[in-house]
Amino acid sequence: MAALSFAPDPASGSVRTVRDGLIIAWRNLVNLRRTPGAVITALVQPLMFVLLLAYVFGGSLGGDEYRTFLIGGIFAQAVTFNASFTAIGLAGDMDRGMVDRFRALPMPRGSVILGRTLSDLTMNAVTLTVTSLCGLLIGWRVEGTFTEAAAGYLLVLLFAFAMSWVGATIGLLARSVEVAQSAGLIWLFPVTFVSGAFVSINSMPGPLRVVAEWNPVSATATAARSLFGNQAPATVAPPESWPVQHATVYALLCALAVIAVFMPLAVSRYRRIAHG
Amino acid sequence: MADGEAIVAEGLTRRFGDRYALRGIDLRVPTGSVLGLLGPNGAGKTTTVRILSTLLRADEGRATVAGRDVHDEPAAVRARIGLSGQYAAADERLTARENLYLVSRLYGMSRKTARRHATELLERFALTEAADRTSGGFSGGMRRRLDLAGALVSRPTVVFLDEPTTGLDPRGRADTWRAVEELVADGTTVLLTTQYLEEADHLADSIAVIDHGTVIAHGTASELKAAVGGERITITPIDQAARASVAEALTDLGHHQPDIDSRTGTVTVVTDRGAGALRQALEALAAVRIEVRDVALAPPTLDDVFLALTGNSQRPAAESAPPPAVAAPEDGSERSVQPGNGQLVRARGRRRKGAHAWRP
Repeated sequence: MAALSFAPDPASGSVRTVRDGLIIAWRNLVNLRRTPGAVITALVQPLMFVLLLAYVFGGSLGGDEYRTFLIGGIFAQAVTFNASFTAIGLAGDMDRGMVDRFRALPMPRGSVILGRTLSDLTMNAVTLTVTSLCGLLIGWRVEGTFTEAAAGYLLVLLFAFAMSWVGATIGLLARSVEVAQSAGLIWLFPVTFVSGAFVSINSMPGPLRVVAEWNPVSATATAARSLFGNQAPATVAPPESWPVQHATVYALLCALAVIAVFMPLAVSRYRRIAHG
Repeated sequence: MADGEAIVAEGLTRRFGDRYALRGIDLRVPTGSVLGLLGPNGAGKTTTVRILSTLLRADEGRATVAGRDVHDEPAAVRARIGLSGQYAAADERLTARENLYLVSRLYGMSRKTARRHATELLERFALTEAADRTSGGFSGGMRRRLDLAGALVSRPTVVFLDEPTTGLDPRGRADTWRAVEELVADGTTVLLTTQYLEEADHLADSIAVIDHGTVIAHGTASELKAAVGGERITITPIDQAARASVAEALTDLGHHQPDIDSRTGTVTVVTDRGAGALRQALEALAAVRIEVRDVALAPPTLDDVFLALTGNSQRPAAESAPPPAVAAPEDGSERSVQPGNGQLVRARGRRRKGAHAWRP
């Protein structure tokens, strides 16, 4: 008979979820290493935005000052775009039978999604590193303290993790790579551009301005800038509203709220695949 | 529930929208035996396996696997089963070793135990040489062996194999059959689905024939064969006009009158005397000086099973035509079972061309 017994221990459910999540994340990262094309896309995309915005729009928006301002916005935008990788990754796992393979194993339900969001968090860290280096080349500098800068990066990564769960929910709803590719990308443009990530919210018409002010992407961009000690030039000065004044607190709350909403949504969606 | 039954299914029903995939499946598989679930595409084989392996819920009915209810205790069932199928596949971008390590880790093993276990499984399934290549580049047979190894990581008491040989070449099939036989020798209970009567015949202790979501026949291979009526000898005379004389000469060979197919110009007779009957048929034709273009001896196909069991053949066509004839019999008496024949096909003219076809 079985010399090994693997009955899951219900008392350690969340420990098992994290343990198995890390194993799945390892598997995802090995996968990524063998598909360098996907990694390159994830890195080229923010670099393209940096160069486009810095040199095509930058000149009319404040020149060198604007380029310093820009990087915080690029961070928030790039990690939001990376949510589409979570969507495509999970949809691909479903397409290729990997989700069924995992679902037939006695592992906690949340592990597969947690593993995906954790491996995408690693991808986000790589994206931020490369974008930072590109920023340094075009004149961006961290002007605050080391602690503040570290807090800035951590805040952006927390936001990235939160957006990854949005991507996971979309990927599990899409259930095919093709649908995930378009559905996972289309919402990203309004969400990242109706914000203060790249331009002044003040220049937007009434209702759009309210949306942009409260947009978590604006808050994350503004919070990152303030933690990096980057000043906004007069051309793109943010409004004096509550979410801008309290950008760091508001960005933190937004990230936690997104996780609180989308984590259970994604997990229940994963469970419901069992019903057909 | 009986200790002696590893799988019990009662009245499993499952609908997808308006379409019934299962209309009340009943199965009982004694512990340590092999059940072959035989049926064409769309019969409900995969849905049955997905319900029994907790991947899908039944709308109605109940099932226990290894003594645990699949609906009430899915985690306990998952801890006791192994699953291999096209939808529970290996990761193409991981190496064989990484795939087995991954599954071992997810069954709760430590890094060290998982590494050792993966190495053991690679040896057992003859994958040691390919261990560090990504499985995406594997041949079909190697892929299935890896899938099979993945299903056995936890030393499960019940193993589900969904179409383990579909799409494999004859060698890959033979490899997979051997792996399944070893598994059975260990006393594991196996439920395997297949479109091939020979495969079920060769590997399974009992066979359930499934069609339109219900079990239409259940028995041992010989019981089913008796229902279908043995092998088919198909004769193609050179002179088409001689068909009636051929039929007359062959009348004594079978229980029924030979069947004349005027479209293909062939005469078919059902016999249960195997290759001996073939010699007799050729002698009988030589005696009346009928020259023969082609002779084929083929085991009953799944189509024949359906014809015999349902009295009609309103079956969906299989995806592919049967593989080409594989081999002549090694000797005159014992019919060797070759993978590849007996696949369900619609075209009547092709149906008889299994293994053992040769030109006299």
